Amino acid sequence: MAKRIDVSGLNAYYSSFRAIEDISMTVEPRTVTAFIGPSGCGKSTFLRTLNRMHEVTSGGRVEGKVMLDDEDLYGPGVDPVSVRREVGMVFQRPNPFPTMSIYDNVAAGLKLVGTKKKSELDDVVEKSLKGANLWNEVKDRLNKPGSGLSGGQQQRLCIARAIAVEPKVLLMDEPCSALDPISTLAIEDLIGELKERFTIVIVTHNMQQAARVSDRTAFFNLAAVGQPGKLIEIDDTARIFSNPSVQATEDYISGRFG
Amino acid sequence: MSNATLSQKRPSTLRAASLPKWFGWAVAAGSVALGLGISTVAGLDSSIQWALIAGLLFIVGTFGIAARVEGKRQAKDRVATSLVWVAFLFAVIPLASLVYETVKRGVKVLDGYFLSHSMGVVATSEPGGGIYHAILGTLEQVGLAAAISVPVGVLTAIYLVEYGRGNLAKAVTFFVDVMTGIPSIVAGLFVLSTWILVLGMGPSGFAGAMALTILMLPVVVRSTEEMLKLVPNELREASLALGVPKWRTILKVVLPTAIGGITTGVMLAVARIAGETAPVLLLVWGSNYINANPFADPQASLPMYIYLQFQQSGGSGAAYDRAWAASLTLIAFIMILNLAARGIAHWKAPKSGR
Amino acid sequence: MDISTKVPPTPPSSDAEPQRAARGATRIGDRVFLGLSRGSGIFLLVLMAAIAVFLSYRAVLAIGEDEGNFFTTFEWNPTGNPPVFGIAVLAFGTIVSSVIAMAIAVPVAVGIALFITHYAPRKLGGTIAYVVDLLAAVPSIVYGLWGALVLVPQLDGLYGWLNDYLGWTGIFEWQGGAPRSMLTVGILLAIMILPIITNVSREVFRQVPQMHEEAALALGATRWEVIRMAVLPFGRSGVISASMLGLGRALGETMAVAMVLSSSFEINLSLLDPGGGTFAQNIASKFSEATEIGRDALIASGLVLFVITLLVNGAARLIIARRKEFSGANA
Repeated sequence: MAKRIDVSGLNAYYSSFRAIEDISMTVEPRTVTAFIGPSGCGKSTFLRTLNRMHEVTSGGRVEGKVMLDDEDLYGPGVDPVSVRREVGMVFQRPNPFPTMSIYDNVAAGLKLVGTKKKSELDDVVEKSLKGANLWNEVKDRLNKPGSGLSGGQQQRLCIARAIAVEPKVLLMDEPCSALDPISTLAIEDLIGELKERFTIVIVTHNMQQAARVSDRTAFFNLAAVGQPGKLIEIDDTARIFSNPSVQATEDYISGRFG
Repeated sequence: MSNATLSQKRPSTLRAASLPKWFGWAVAAGSVALGLGISTVAGLDSSIQWALIAGLLFIVGTFGIAARVEGKRQAKDRVATSLVWVAFLFAVIPLASLVYETVKRGVKVLDGYFLSHSMGVVATSEPGGGIYHAILGTLEQVGLAAAISVPVGVLTAIYLVEYGRGNLAKAVTFFVDVMTGIPSIVAGLFVLSTWILVLGMGPSGFAGAMALTILMLPVVVRSTEEMLKLVPNELREASLALGVPKWRTILKVVLPTAIGGITTGVMLAVARIAGETAPVLLLVWGSNYINANPFADPQASLPMYIYLQFQQSGGSGAAYDRAWAASLTLIAFIMILNLAARGIAHWKAPKSGR
Repeated sequence: MDISTKVPPTPPSSDAEPQRAARGATRIGDRVFLGLSRGSGIFLLVLMAAIAVFLSYRAVLAIGEDEGNFFTTFEWNPTGNPPVFGIAVLAFGTIVSSVIAMAIAVPVAVGIALFITHYAPRKLGGTIAYVVDLLAAVPSIVYGLWGALVLVPQLDGLYGWLNDYLGWTGIFEWQGGAPRSMLTVGILLAIMILPIITNVSREVFRQVPQMHEEAALALGATRWEVIRMAVLPFGRSGVISASMLGLGRALGETMAVAMVLSSSFEINLSLLDPGGGTFAQNIASKFSEATEIGRDALIASGLVLFVITLLVNGAARLIIARRKEFSGANA
């Protein structure tokens, strides 16, 4: 069910400021692709163009093509709401709905499309929580508020919520940056399992994490502050970390800047 | 219905039938036209009626068309949007009308003569006269109220922020909250029951000012408290570390830092009480004559003047004109206070405070 | 921080014995200042106590003279012989007009608040917010004047309509008198409390963390669904306390009600026919012709109003406090 993403000639703007310039890349289904690069290089902005969340920020605007299999996300008549159902997202800080229970958080997406049958919801909630490796920890308190969980559990709850609607692609925007090492490990293990079913794109500041979880790695950079971010190279992770083809990538990975 | 079956049913999951961008405007225009049409045919002369018809048509029309073309979820979204727009328009109309009518009817008699004469020799039904006595009364009553409540209010706020820890502070905080909710007429009744009924005093501007003080005090305390809390603790510590006594630290460091915000709060509080009528009605009574002494005899005030002109007009247009002109003056006074207060807040805002 | 630099630090004293001199001055200065500020706080408490005591005292005097039941009598005749008066009609009118005002104002205010924060283009939203802020400062006497001279003449058609289509319910029956009725009062009160409810709700909606809204968006929610999932639940208690603030205003509003209502001391089941009264309106209207016992009777009714507004405001504060506990983890 996972789908391929094919980006060509993509530019994203905040009002008149161009945040990313002319990006083209392909993300294969059932792989994990990591975006790395210094702060402000546009990797998060680029990630948000992949499910049309970029245009939610005021002044946000996108040019170019993002093909999901054979459909352009930015084609005429495409409904951003439907796009976001196909391309799920997990955010930097865990953001379960504070007023909803754990169960309702996971079921939230399904209820939107009108699934009302209790048994069906129960099944999906259980399956999604198991898929997020959270079921055993919360099965006895499904009706408690999601905000009562630990940070790592909250983030897995958010992953469960995202996969409950069966998206084709899962975007993760620095999903571990607010978590402790143990919770981070749990999420990284989970990513390894999830890629069997989803195409995963993850933004990370942590290069070891990129090396651990991803199959492919894309390096973004910007010439100077105020300049748009660019894709420098994308390659197999092993290659990026051992023998990158661009000097800037090697400099960044070896810690010589950024 | 799981998502898998959904995607099998429809080859394209991203594209959905959608209405063009001008759809909302078109339905709005259609509803207004239809609303006007219906009203004309049915001979309805009230603008409230056709506006209600148009609003209803707009919402129902949006839902109907959107539900057919785009599906129920989108239709709900569109109805929510149109409801929000309709709510906005329905609220704007009376508020805009209020401002418009006040200005339109107020400028008729508002001139230098109006501002500089009293109603002393003018019968209520006759044209002429002015609001000099009312402006004087308002300034004196509000000034007296401010003169009492600003020092007491600021000192109370200082106590709460700089000293208060124990039960007394808690009690004061609680009762400031309670005071905020006192209806103005009750504040008036209190002064009536003590000053006039128990102590046997007559009506005077000062009696009104005391009631206004009760209304103004909690506002001053609250806003000053907020402003003092914004003063960074490092400033206090820096001063105390220099060996400056606490009271001098408060007077020379804390208060000057917060003075902009405190001034704003005081001006907003003054703006609030300047429009109060009920306590003035009970305690100052209002008057047609100039009375510059706020400590004896009835006195006029702008809101009271409006009320008296309205109440005693006997339907006379001249009295209504004067009421509108006084309203315009009062609103202008309050708005200038408000705008100036905001200006000060903007200008003096502690940059690092928030 | 630019302000603090204007305050020159007190130069260290070059006195040979600065220590002792300063300490002496400190103690007196500090004590005086503390005394002054604590005294202000105590003054405030005494003032509140005095309000309660004096109002109760006069009220007890009045109720002692009352030959009717103060809470259930449908009559206001404190100057009669024997004096008979009760607050039943006033309580009824106050509640009815406030309920109407809330029923109209709360949904509309929430709509405008959402319009400002989530629907209008940013600039327009900011301008509207500013204007609504200013409108909250328009004094009630002006609303009253506008209500009596502009709004009332516009209501004839609407009332005729309500009578035609909903007259069978009884509450929308209209004899055709001037529309200076409880419904008119409710509509005017709604317009008056709209700015304050809008302002507070707007602030609450603005505080909804971006991440909750994005969470809903990323699940494929439409704008309305985002509002329903993330904005409204987060803002619910804030809207409730905003409404309570508005209710407090509506309950105590005096002049505007006195100016648009044709009052009479009776309970009228029709909302469209003139008649009825509210606590505050009754005080303002009856005051000028009241004798001493008449004034005491009015004070007694004012005390009841006071207690009601206290309860309403207390409820609002309780809700705010509860909300802090609930969303503390995630706010």
